[in-house]
Parts: sequence; structure tokens; C-alpha cells
Amino acid sequence: MNHGPAVELDVDHASSKKAKLGVIFFLIYSFFYAGFVVIGVFNYELLSQEFALGLNLALFYGMGLIVFAVLLGILYNFLCSRYEDQLNTKEEVNQP
Amino acid sequence: MIYEISYQALIFFVLFVAFVLWLSFYFARKTKSASSYYAAGGQIHWAVNGVAFAGDYLSAASFLGICGMIATVGYDGFLYSIGFLAGWIVALFLIAEPLKRLGKYTFTDALNANFKSRAITLTAAISTLIVSMFYLIPQMVGAGDLVTPLLGLPHWVGVVLVGIVVIVIVASAGMTSTTYVQFIKGGLLIVLSTVLTVYILKNGLSLKPNHEGQNYHEFVTIPAQVSNGKVTQAEGWQVVSQQEVKEKTYVKLSQNNVGRWFSLSDKDGQAVLTEALSIEEGANGTKLYNGEPAVNGKFYQVGHMNKIMLDGKEVESTGALSPTKYLSTVEKSEITRFSKVSFKDGDTNVDLFVQNVTPGKNFMLPGLKYKIGKGASVWSKMDFISLMLALFLGTASLPHILIRYYTVKSQRDARKSTILAIAAIGAFYVLTLFMGVGAAVNGVMDVESSNMAAPLLAKAFGVMLFSVISAVAFATILGTVSGLIIASSGAIAHDLIENYFKINLDEAKKVRAGKIAAFAVGALAIALGIAFKGMNVSFLVGWAFSVAASANLPAILFLLFWKKTTAKGISASIIVGVATSLLIILTSPTMWGRYGLDPATALHQLDNPAIISFPLAVITVWLVSLAAKPKTIVISA
Repeated sequence: MNHGPAVELDVDHASSKKAKLGVIFFLIYSFFYAGFVVIGVFNYELLSQEFALGLNLALFYGMGLIVFAVLLGILYNFLCSRYEDQLNTKEEVNQP
Repeated sequence: MIYEISYQALIFFVLFVAFVLWLSFYFARKTKSASSYYAAGGQIHWAVNGVAFAGDYLSAASFLGICGMIATVGYDGFLYSIGFLAGWIVALFLIAEPLKRLGKYTFTDALNANFKSRAITLTAAISTLIVSMFYLIPQMVGAGDLVTPLLGLPHWVGVVLVGIVVIVIVASAGMTSTTYVQFIKGGLLIVLSTVLTVYILKNGLSLKPNHEGQNYHEFVTIPAQVSNGKVTQAEGWQVVSQQEVKEKTYVKLSQNNVGRWFSLSDKDGQAVLTEALSIEEGANGTKLYNGEPAVNGKFYQVGHMNKIMLDGKEVESTGALSPTKYLSTVEKSEITRFSKVSFKDGDTNVDLFVQNVTPGKNFMLPGLKYKIGKGASVWSKMDFISLMLALFLGTASLPHILIRYYTVKSQRDARKSTILAIAAIGAFYVLTLFMGVGAAVNGVMDVESSNMAAPLLAKAFGVMLFSVISAVAFATILGTVSGLIIASSGAIAHDLIENYFKINLDEAKKVRAGKIAAFAVGALAIALGIAFKGMNVSFLVGWAFSVAASANLPAILFLLFWKKTTAKGISASIIVGVATSLLIILTSPTMWGRYGLDPATALHQLDNPAIISFPLAVITVWLVSLAAKPKTIVISA
């Protein structure tokens, strides 16, 4: 026996657009994340080069990945909310 | 390390734990049905849930483990910060919303939403249990480490203490209480880390990291006479014995009937002996710390700058520094770390912690633990890639993180919760770099365990800060362990007993079964927490991420994004992911060392399994789904 949903959800017409957006954003971030790993494995010396503010590329790239994740998340939320407002009728929007 | 009990810290600690317990009992009165026990009835506000997300995620591994690993191996510890945060991208962009729409209580239900397969029920529940257990181990290890300086108690007492408190919380309350506990704890952790970082920057860097009430030990260097490779004389000391380990020479000297160990090196053509820390355990079990009994308190906290270069000039101290100036100054200077060497001297087991001067340039780059530059092998490069892969893919696969997706009303709220969590966690992870580096150079490191770097750093800046941070760290562990035990008990009581074995229970019995399961999981976690004493908790969490990523993520991703996915494919993928990752971990060099064997003789040299186990699980779900007759499924993503 399976339990039903923990919460009741209405139909979401924006779901496919949001899913596509999520995949695109995931690929963008993955590209930069993989870039860090690839540089580390194949061009290690590059990570030790001074990049800015006296910090090496490794420090800049690492902190950049953290900040970039937050910024992408905020943009994702903004776009998803806009899709929901555009595509869901007032009764169907999932906003409580 | 030898610690004395801190009564101020103890009082605050007891008050804080009492508050957490009161909170749990208060909310327990509102928990009546199974739905409110498992997922708080979907009624938690998104902002509370977001900070609670952060509270869940910023576990002992983040606060204790990452700071400790940065303090001991520099940038390689920061890799965990980068990877742990990046993992949220997978969770948010790929998993969060579709999974929320499936709207099930547990990970197993979510995977099984469209199949009603008993095989999935069984394999997913087992996966949840194993991942939770892997994640529980580091929390318990951290708990033990935490109480040692806080209460002056042995490691195992801390583990048992946390286990009992959490079992009481979970068995008496449920998700509602832990959500609010996590909310308070997550918020406090971020605020206190900020305060600690401000202290670090204000304090700057100094060759002599003395703090109020805590003077740094003056390490001595002694000129020596060497003949035919043997140390024959050392100024003012008697030579007792000499050992060669991995082409390095260690010498035991004696003065006033106290034996001390030194490492031999060459300085400008002159042989010199540099003081090390030592723990000697005789055949009769007696332990000497730096040649003296523990009560003499001659075993020191360590870690200091060997040379400070500020704006091209060598200085003794810097004064307050900006965040970027702090990091760039460390990068251009030299740090003295303490590396462990173990050997036998006659019938005495000796653990030495020898001074290891490391250029800041190397400290601020990957490579001290995960070798990818000079001296790297194919194995070490694979290990690095494997770690980064596991951290990236593991977050979304953790059962105790997934369960929070169900605790808010709508997808929009779940999304906002997640983004708030990412922002809070991201800010915290940037601070781990400062706390870790700060601990490395402020003479606070416990050479026996890296996990206490951040709290001990706080102690150097003031007992009050230490007591508050310790209390929050303890609550961190309480909260995380609670979440994990809830996920585990859910897997046993709900997925296995109710769904797999088809035992029909009424509401009261369901909750009771969950509580009994929580007790059993908690007891096992206590035992494993004691067994894994001394290991860095972030490293252990890396394993949990590897198992989670391999076992759960391929199944979830294929379920959500590939319509031909079958129940057989999902269950086969979970089995392959769990089995291969477990096999690789259990035969890894680190576990080899744990078994008392030489890590160099392990079956392979891979400590992190994801690079093999994750692709295997992906191939499995794909091939088995293709081979099996697909059922028509509809995913309302």
C-alpha cells in the first residue's frame, strides 16, 4: 500500500517549462564545475596562477562556484515563478 | 589531546540541550498522526523550512569536518565546501520540483510512485538505511570529539550521550520538532561562524599565536652531531634511540629523565633536531604524552605560521587583515603543520606528530591530500575526480534531505526553501575557508583529531565563544542525527514493515513501529560512531555521498527523465550502486588502515568509489529497463 501525497497539489501547466529550465541551468553549472575538475587534473599549474586580489585561480574558482550556485538559484526561482504566473490560472496557481 | 573540563561551557551546554529537548516535547504534543510524524503534515513555512534545510545540511561534517580538514590539508578540505554546495544545484534544478509533485512521504514511496513494485520498496528502503547509516557515523564521531574538550570526557561517552538524547527526541516527537530545532541551529551556526571569522581577521597572522589564557608552546631546535648516519650528540640532551621511517630519521632524546622525540633535518649544512609531539604506549598499556603522564599536561595544541610575508616583507605579525588580504598573505607565507608518523621503538608503540613546513602556495591549492599535481598517480587523479563527482551528485540523493521537500505546501515554497538554504549554506561554506585556515595558524589544533579545529579556535578567542559554538555544534549533531534516524525509521516501519511485508498497522502502531526502529538504528549508530573514532568526519561524509549518489541518483533521474524506465531497472540500479560503492569503500586504502593492514597493500588505491559505482548504476538502470518489458508510466513533473 502506497501513501498518497503528503500535500494536495493542483495542475501545474508550467511544469514542463520549469523542467527544461532546470536541465539547462544544471548543464550550465555542470560545465563550470567540470571545468574546475578538468583544470585540476590536466593543467594543475594553472590553478596556482595569481588571478586577482592576490588570490590564486583555485581560490577564486572555488569561491566563484559557490557564489554562482546561489545566483543561478535566485534566477531560477524568478523565472519559474514567472512561468507559473503566466501559465497557471489564478485558481490553479500553487501559491498558498 | 588532554583537556580539562570547562564549567562555563558545561553550564551553557546543559542549558542548550535542555532547551532543545523542551522544544521537542512541546511540538510532540502536536504530533498525532503518521503524516505529522513523518512530514509535519506539509505545514511548515518555506522560510523556516529553508533555514532548517541549512540546519540539516550543515552537519558535524560541515562545521567540524571541513574546518578540520582545511586546517590540516588546506585547500583539499575546501573541495568539500565547493562540492557540498554544488550538490544543491542537482537537487534544485533536476530533482526538487518533480519529486515534490510526486508528493510521497519517503524516498522509497517517491521512487515507487508509478510502479507499486515490491522490489523497489525493498531495495530503496535498504539503500535509505545504508546511506543514513554512513551519514550517521561521522555525526557520532563528531559528537565524541566534541565532548572531549567540552566536558573532559572520553570519546565514547560523547557518542553514547548524543545517541541517547536523539533517540529520546525522535521517539518522543518527530519531524515537526526537528524542523524547528534545525531552524534554530542552522541560523545560530551561520551567525556564530561569522563572528568567529571576524575574530580571525581582526587577530590577523602572527609567528607566535598566543591568546588570552593560552600561550603557544615554544618548539625547540637543537644542533646535533651525526656520525655514520647516527646522531651521537645533541646540545644539552642525551641520545636515547633513533628510528628510520620512510627515509626520515627520528631521534629520542632525554633531559631530566624525560624522553622527547625529534626529527632530524639539515639546516644550512648543520644537522638539527626539531621538536615533535609524541604519544608512547608501552607494552603494559601506560601512555606517555611528550614523555610525561597525561596529568602533567605537556601535550600541546599546535599549528603556526613559520614565515609571514606581508606585501613582500617578512614580518612577525600582521595585525587585522581584510578577507582577501588574509588569504593572499597565507598563500605567500609558510605554515607549520604537524604530520603523523607511527612506528615501534622496542616494545613501545610511538605516534609522532612532526613539524612539516608547508609553503602557503601549496596549502592554498588542491594536492596535499588528493594529489593531482606533482607526484600524482592515475589512482590519485581518479580519486580526486571521484570525490568531486560524489559531492556533486550526493546531496540530492540523501534521504534526510529529500524528506524535507515534503514539509512545505507547494512547489513554489519548496523551491524558495531550497534557494534560501543554498544562500545560507553558500555563505557558511565561504566562512569555512577562513575558520579552517585560522585554526591552522592559531596554535589550536588537536593533533589526535582534526574535527575540533573550529571549536578550539573559538576557545582561543574566549571561553564564552567556545561554549556557545560547542553548544550549537552539539545541537547540530543532535538535529542531523534526528533527521537521519527519522528517515531510517521511516524506511523500516513504513517501507519495509507496512509496504514490503504488508503488515497492516493502525495509526498508533505505525508510530510505535517507527519509534522502535529509531531506537534500533540509534543503537547501531552509537556502536559505529565509537568504532570510527579519530577519522575526519568530512571524509566519512564523502563516503555517504558516494553511496547515495550511486544508489539513489541514477534511479531518481531515470524515473523523472526517461519514460522507458522500468521497476526492474530501478531496483537493479539501486542494488548495483549500493553493492559496488560498498565493495570499493570496504577494500579502500583507508579501510585497509582501519583493519590494521598497510594501506599501500589495499586491493586498489581508490578511497572514493563514485567514479566507478555511479556509471555502473546508470548503465544498469538503462540496460535492465531496455531489456525488461516497460510499463506505461506517467510522470507529472
